[in-house]
Amino acid sequence: MFKFFEPNKIFKITSKAPRYVLLLFVLVLSIGLTEALILSPEDYKQSDAVRIMYVHVPAAWISLGIFSSITFLSISGFIFKNKNFFLIAKSLAPSGFVFNIIALVTGSIWGKPTWGTWWAWDARITSMLILALFYAMYLISWRLYENEEKIFKISTIITILGIINIPIIKYSVDWWNTLHQPASINILSKSSIHSSMLFPLLIMTAAFALFSLLIFLMKYNTELIKVKNKGLDRL
Amino acid sequence: MINELFFMNGYGAYVLSAFGFTLLSFVSLYFVTKTQFVREQKKFIAKFGSLETEKAELAKSQRINKEILADATNS
Repeated sequence: MFKFFEPNKIFKITSKAPRYVLLLFVLVLSIGLTEALILSPEDYKQSDAVRIMYVHVPAAWISLGIFSSITFLSISGFIFKNKNFFLIAKSLAPSGFVFNIIALVTGSIWGKPTWGTWWAWDARITSMLILALFYAMYLISWRLYENEEKIFKISTIITILGIINIPIIKYSVDWWNTLHQPASINILSKSSIHSSMLFPLLIMTAAFALFSLLIFLMKYNTELIKVKNKGLDRL
Repeated sequence: MINELFFMNGYGAYVLSAFGFTLLSFVSLYFVTKTQFVREQKKFIAKFGSLETEKAELAKSQRINKEILADATNS
């Protein structure tokens, strides 16, 4: 069932893909930046400060998506005893962590002109900070331990504990009174954001997704070569 | 036009610093990841080069090893 994921078979694709993904990323990012900084309208209330949304929101979405994927892959790796799932999860983590930091920092920059403060210990912001801590713990666990079985176990436990935080982040703005505004984009119901702002937001999200794919591919190739380096030692 | 783009009704410093931080993070992460990749690739080539002929042939029989060497030569 998982033969498709065998490193021997996919390295040919993963080693060539980064250059094309990089090209596509630069192209989509250029369009996204033009839309976000020049063509999209200013907000009637927040004026031009609203443009921070085009980096803040995609970064937050992707960091949440990556952490959920890491958890799914870690649990699957554990159930099916497939080491490659752990390698994929490990390769996704650095970009997820960086996107989480971007969401926190750009959120803080956005908070100053709109709320009058750089930071507030409110439910959404604090739960995003907790997610960054889980990312950090996950990445550190891979550096701390040598024994593979131990790393797989500990990193999976960290992701299982961290995934509890994901619905808290999502619904924090509904469950508690927070400074953070509620979601403007809903998949199941009508979104409150105008299409002139939604379009650049989606383009920037696509650009960020391509960047995380690029970093994932480069990191995954590095991990595969590391494994092969160990294999050469054993010859 | 250019002044307007940078001033942004007084929010230019906030907007551009948010975008600047994001792009700087992208560039840093890209180069850190690239450096790690090149380092591992070099280590692999060095190890492969130091193998005895028989072991090198055995290692070369694995498709992925051939791919890694080919990729390192092309880049």
